[in-house]
Amino acid sequence: MVNPSIAQDTQVLLQEQERTSEKQLKEILSSYQGKKEELIPILQQVQQAFGYLPEPMMKKIAKFLKLPESTIFGVSTFYAQFKLVPSGRNIIRVCRGTACHVRGSAEILGEVEKQLGIKAGETTPGLEYSLETIACFGSCALAPVVVTNGKVHGRMTAPKAREMLKKGAH
Amino acid sequence: MSTSAPTEVKERKMDTIKLTINGRDVIAKTGVTVLEAALNAGIYIPTLCYDPDLKPYGGCRLCVVEIEGMRGLVSSCTTPATDGTVVHTETERVNRSRRITMKLIIANHHGDCLTCAKNQDCELLKIARYLGIEQEHIDRLRKGTQVLPVDKSHPAFIRDPNKCILCGKCVRACHEIAVVGAIDLAFRGNSAKVTTFGDEPIVESICKSCGECVARCPTGALMPKWEKPPAKEVKTVCPYCGVGCSIYLGVRDNKIVSVRGDSEGPANKGSLCVKGRWGYDFINHPERLTTPLIRIPDVARQAGHNGRVQEIFREAKWDEALELVANKLFELRQNYGADSIAALSSAKCTNEDNYVMQKFVRAVIGTNNIDHCARLCHASTVVGGIAAFGQGAMSNSYSDFEKTELFFVIGSNTTECHPVLGSLIKRRVKFGGAKLIVADPRSIELGEYAAVRLPHNPGTDVALLNGIMHVIIRDGLEDKEFIQERTEAFEDMRQLVERYTPEAVEAITGVPQADLEAAARLFGEARSACILYGMGITQHTTGTDNVKSIANLLLLTGNMGREGTGFSPLRGQNNVQGACDMGALPNVYPGYQRVDDPAVRTKFETAWGCKLSDRPGVTTTEIANAILGGDIRGLYVMGENPVLSEPHLEHTRQALERLEFLVVQDIFLSETAWMADVVFPAAAYAEKDGTFTNTERRIQRVRQAILPPGEAKPDWEIISTLAEKIGQPLCYQNASQIMEEIASLTPIYGGVHFNRLDNDSLQWPCPDALHPGTSFLYRDGFARGRGKFHAVDYVPPAESISKGYPLVLTTGRVLEHWHTGTMSRRSNVLNELYPNGVVEMSPDDATKLGLIEGDLVVVASKRGRVETPVHITEKSPPGLVFMPFHWREAAANILTNDALDPVAKIPEYKVSAVNAVLAVLDRASQDNAFLARLAENPAEALKEYEVTAEEKAALMSGDIRKIESWLGKLDERLKTWLMLRLSQEKW
Ligand code: SF4
Ligand code: SF4
Ligand code: SF4
Ligand code: FES
Ligand code: FES
Repeated sequence: MVNPSIAQDTQVLLQEQERTSEKQLKEILSSYQGKKEELIPILQQVQQAFGYLPEPMMKKIAKFLKLPESTIFGVSTFYAQFKLVPSGRNIIRVCRGTACHVRGSAEILGEVEKQLGIKAGETTPGLEYSLETIACFGSCALAPVVVTNGKVHGRMTAPKAREMLKKGAH
Repeated sequence: MSTSAPTEVKERKMDTIKLTINGRDVIAKTGVTVLEAALNAGIYIPTLCYDPDLKPYGGCRLCVVEIEGMRGLVSSCTTPATDGTVVHTETERVNRSRRITMKLIIANHHGDCLTCAKNQDCELLKIARYLGIEQEHIDRLRKGTQVLPVDKSHPAFIRDPNKCILCGKCVRACHEIAVVGAIDLAFRGNSAKVTTFGDEPIVESICKSCGECVARCPTGALMPKWEKPPAKEVKTVCPYCGVGCSIYLGVRDNKIVSVRGDSEGPANKGSLCVKGRWGYDFINHPERLTTPLIRIPDVARQAGHNGRVQEIFREAKWDEALELVANKLFELRQNYGADSIAALSSAKCTNEDNYVMQKFVRAVIGTNNIDHCARLCHASTVVGGIAAFGQGAMSNSYSDFEKTELFFVIGSNTTECHPVLGSLIKRRVKFGGAKLIVADPRSIELGEYAAVRLPHNPGTDVALLNGIMHVIIRDGLEDKEFIQERTEAFEDMRQLVERYTPEAVEAITGVPQADLEAAARLFGEARSACILYGMGITQHTTGTDNVKSIANLLLLTGNMGREGTGFSPLRGQNNVQGACDMGALPNVYPGYQRVDDPAVRTKFETAWGCKLSDRPGVTTTEIANAILGGDIRGLYVMGENPVLSEPHLEHTRQALERLEFLVVQDIFLSETAWMADVVFPAAAYAEKDGTFTNTERRIQRVRQAILPPGEAKPDWEIISTLAEKIGQPLCYQNASQIMEEIASLTPIYGGVHFNRLDNDSLQWPCPDALHPGTSFLYRDGFARGRGKFHAVDYVPPAESISKGYPLVLTTGRVLEHWHTGTMSRRSNVLNELYPNGVVEMSPDDATKLGLIEGDLVVVASKRGRVETPVHITEKSPPGLVFMPFHWREAAANILTNDALDPVAKIPEYKVSAVNAVLAVLDRASQDNAFLARLAENPAEALKEYEVTAEEKAALMSGDIRKIESWLGKLDERLKTWLMLRLSQEKW
């Protein structure tokens, strides 16, 4: 559908993107038969291809498997492995393991949540950051630990976390 | 569904088993669960996730029992009962386990029972008490407060996940009964909840508002917003559609405060749709008519709402108003003869109302000028059905659908127009292994369940059906024995369909040959098939032909007169079948006995003690012309609204304005009532006794629940009193007495008496007091002897698209509303769910016309124009637009074609040629020819008009400021529209 409030070239671009992802999905689905049991493997493959489970894809999968859309949503939100939003460009992981916990990781998590305005498991609207929690990261000596894009920051405190985010945790 | 097994039966039947529960011998039907065996034997087992209508779930673990020989406790709702099982339901171990489970559930159930509206009948609370967990325990057991947002988006009910115990009943009801699947369990752990796709508010989901979930929630998690606990309940029938759902109206203080589906209702087994469940508040609406009204002298009779009620009418006493009508009718009859008066009876009223109305018209006035809206919906069914089988009604019953192998749905948007039946079909296909063919120009919901979809062009039904028959005969799939033994005139038909090769049919209908072949094979090979159809078949100038073609296909394949087969015209109104049965038709007395048959006439003359006219009267659709021609001068309308329901409204309105005298009897001041000289206030369905006959010929009792408002009276009573004023009284004390008279004169209702309907319903034909009624017709022969084939050729619709009117308009209903909206628009819930009319259009057409969702557009046909928002949807194929006809503000029938089927006189509502234009553009270009031309064809406009090079450049580059400088200031929406249009032009 044409939306006159968006510039023409953007529109063309969007349509183009839509077409390629549709093609991609079709390819994925072509190796399945449309049986209910195939739901999880399909979701896994779609997530692998797109990085997350886009809503329009979930709707198409529902059609393909002849399952209600709400059921696809239910399954996608039940398993931790599935993401419903694309991950942010920067992934911040706060350790919630025991060692980190006793040294105040809850407070750090709270601070990061406050700074980013999202809860653990969420992504900021502009896709800048995703916030995740992890079980013990294996660096208990450095507890409490925050990992940004794979880089480990040890002996964190709430003020330090705030500083880090202000500078831009890339 | 629960199976009732008598408990202490002495001798055991073949299909029963014996088990021991708590030391007691219990006989149960084979196949039941331990829980069902216990419940049927009157042994209580607490349950939270069990529901007899739903598949076992085993989620709550409250129903645990001990079974000897089995380790641990088992949930009785999922354990099949076997012969010899020994069960203990109340041991200490069982109860300890239940208490632990219950405490866990309560711990996660937030909310304060004291303020919970459900506390009166909360299952959770009941079971907690049963297990000895008291209030203070409950309060103490509650864990902190993780407060989840409450969803109040739906106008009828609230969803509070904090009170949800995740029993899954709502989810299963939505998937298994409504077959919608709007909700499911989502998220995990502490965040687990029941929600919609994308966790959206329910009202934005695909929820159909049927309330099956709400009706089953054991806690306060799903609560109706407006219901109050009733003081008493009255069993009656839903007043909306022809499915005929049995309901309980909750009454308190002379108001309807709740509605509940009757789980024993033969048509609905407890189910309801959005209208039946929530659309009851119109009854208590402040705009109800409470006193007779008389038009103030000299206020012209004009269509449309003009002015306030008090400026047009004055309130009057019954005596005065009746006197006035009696005198006026008398005078018209004296001066111009009885045939100068006509009456419209009503498919919304009871059988008794309709009977009295037609008797009044025939016996008191002396004319056969009586008809009703069946003319506009199934007149062609009656004519076509009688021609083929000798009877125009549905030949089978919903109970047949339980056995049907193949459903062929054509021209019926069943899930919106007959919702409870729509769900039944979906259930049969999804869970019962039945197959479905759907033929409809639009992508209707049922299509998603179809094995084959046939999206044929509007009005090409005959060609499509002939094509299917062509393939069936070509492949030898016809039922030769049936044709030989039970039909006639096969050869003509066979020869005619020979020409309808798949190729030829594709050219006419647009249906790919492969799909036609697939459908034909499915139909030809099915052991039992039935055809369900609606207005998509009947509302055509070829309506009668369409119906005959359906009959042909059924006869050809022997799908008549057997269980699971049959002819299923889905009647629209709650009592349209009954109004026809009662003879509210111009050519027949009650029971389809012809007025031009002297023997029949003599019978009625004797019974009614007067002379009767032998001339069939005029039909609804002919009345307008008869008025304009001066033949009809007085019109009496009971509970109908022709000013919105007739095709080509302008014509109808002009006619009604010309009437010498118009009486309208209704529950609201309908658009037609606004034009009346006298308005009588009538009682609504909940305020009177009587019967409705649903689409499967089932006669059910309608019972008075509350008193009518003010001085409103039942329709039959008003007419009887009027007859008395005219000097020919029709004396009835009550509705039951009227039914006695109906039974005595109408063979198909011969055995229908109110006392038989007290706890039961009857399907006609029911010829005598001992006859049990008839669930399907023609077991031993057709009403006319042999079934008759008709050779019908395809004829295109009366109007076809042209350059000026390039779109086909088709009209119909939407789930949330009813006909001209007199009732449904006065229901808060229904109105809020679907507040205004729309025109539905395909994305393709919208792009071509530069329209975006919600744009106001002008839709015009040769007959008139209406302004309405556009709704862009894939449901419409390119070239087809759809408008519901419920809204006077955007009355679709201003546009529709009043061309009639030559025999049945039904108008062609389903095909009109129209165009659609952005409303602001339409307005602006009315007085700007250049703009009009520019919008139509920019490149051509440039050639035709002398424009400067500078102007040309501005146009081609879409420089809107420049354009405005010589076209004048443009509306914002028009600006973006024009820019887009210019940018798309290939100059
Ligand atoms: S109201 Fe009906 S459609 Fe909506 S969620 Fe409940 S059961 Fe499903
Ligand atoms: S909303 Fe009600 S019916 Fe649905 S799962 Fe929760 S408690 Fe059960
Ligand atoms: S399906 Fe028809 S009869 Fe049943 S509740 Fe809905 S409107 Fe009423
Ligand atoms: S607990 Fe955080 S790194 Fe081990
Ligand atoms: S009723 Fe058996 S587990 Fe809920």
